[in-house]
Amino acid sequence: MSDDDQQLRVAKIRNGTVIDHITGGQALNVLAILGIDGTGGDSVSVAMNMPSDRLGKKDIVKVEGKELSQNEVDVLSLIAPAATINIVRDFEVIEKARVERPSAVEGILECPNHNCISTVDEPVESRFAVVDDGVRCEYCDTIIRDDLPAHILAD
Amino acid sequence: MRHDHIISAKQLSRADIEAVLDHAADIAADPSAYADRHADTLLGLLFFEPSTRTKMSFTAAMKRLGGDIVDMGSVESSSVKKGESLADTVRVVEGYADALVLRHPMEGSAKMASEFVDVPLVNAGDGAGQHPTQTLLDLYTIRENAGFDDLTIGIMGDLKYGRTVHSLAHALTNVDARQHFISPESLQLPRSVRYDLHQEGAEVREHTELETVLPELDVLYVTRIQRERFPDESEYREVAGQYQIDSETLDAAKDDLTVMHPLPRVDEIAHDVDDTEYATYFEQAHNGVPVRMALLDLLLEANR
Repeated sequence: MSDDDQQLRVAKIRNGTVIDHITGGQALNVLAILGIDGTGGDSVSVAMNMPSDRLGKKDIVKVEGKELSQNEVDVLSLIAPAATINIVRDFEVIEKARVERPSAVEGILECPNHNCISTVDEPVESRFAVVDDGVRCEYCDTIIRDDLPAHILAD
Repeated sequence: MRHDHIISAKQLSRADIEAVLDHAADIAADPSAYADRHADTLLGLLFFEPSTRTKMSFTAAMKRLGGDIVDMGSVESSSVKKGESLADTVRVVEGYADALVLRHPMEGSAKMASEFVDVPLVNAGDGAGQHPTQTLLDLYTIRENAGFDDLTIGIMGDLKYGRTVHSLAHALTNVDARQHFISPESLQLPRSVRYDLHQEGAEVREHTELETVLPELDVLYVTRIQRERFPDESEYREVAGQYQIDSETLDAAKDDLTVMHPLPRVDEIAHDVDDTEYATYFEQAHNGVPVRMALLDLLLEANR
């Protein structure tokens, strides 16, 4: 069964984003990155642990009416490095891109060090450098290796 | 040396370090030659937590260069008490001074503050993060007493929260020193410092007892184990006693061992060590003035 066939299992969207080739089991974390928890009324389709030639198992997320910002794509790349992002308008994929691992992410993750200056009321955004196997706070040097989604800043 | 701000020992190359230390040696040899060098300069001191040595030595350094200081005073008597942000405070004070020195209890504070000012900013200690000017005076003391060639150093005490340790460990990778870290397991180096040392290919070993490594050391750098970090007083007592040295402990050391401490000490170095040839911690503290004079001179000259 091809990847295209798999995508038919979840409803096509008119306008929005299809995130494909998400690491199996990470779809809910992707939704967390996008700030989607169901309360905002977004129309969202999720397929989890679908067979994939490339990944073994993959997740797919389709979000109606939303296009991802670069910041969101950057963090997405950290938990789903093989993901592809398809921008859909009038049911047609008008843009298709793979995520790229950024050198830094800004304003998306919260530093877990409560004594870090980026966690208090100062006019700066959190900023993390992307290192070999995680991210590192550019203010206090704290390294996060595991469970990145748990550190996503609430809106 | 050309840095707008001095935030972390990590930014200092071997050449930067040598430039500051060489200049400090020149100043120490003839301080009067520098007495009017920065006659119209004002240094802004922003100390958000208590400090004796660092604050006084920056004050002495600036005054011995012919300049003066403007001091924020205590947090209790400043606008910080009214809820002013650090970003606002530094932006205001940069209008009063030619350079700023910041001591703050939060990690990353100097880095953040430096993003809001155009005058040079020097980190004088940010929480458990970094303390680069302490490191420069530590390196000066090490170079004077033990040299940088074939150096074996033991760093003992609170390695987890000790900012002087974090800065020194980074800087020592520049001189290819063999570094031995001695601490209770609960106070070992933080992950970020280990990561950097690994990346730099530093020769590092960790120990829980000094005895295993003491005879190899050229320098023993002792820090205070901070009682306030322990959730249980009895746990503190259990480890604190193991990390005290006295003159008898040092019988097993090389004759030319240099014992250092960033001070203040509590009971980790017994007073009977003070009268031995090993004790270098007061000389180390005094070196803060020529080293900070050298750093300020280089920074101010580069930013004229």
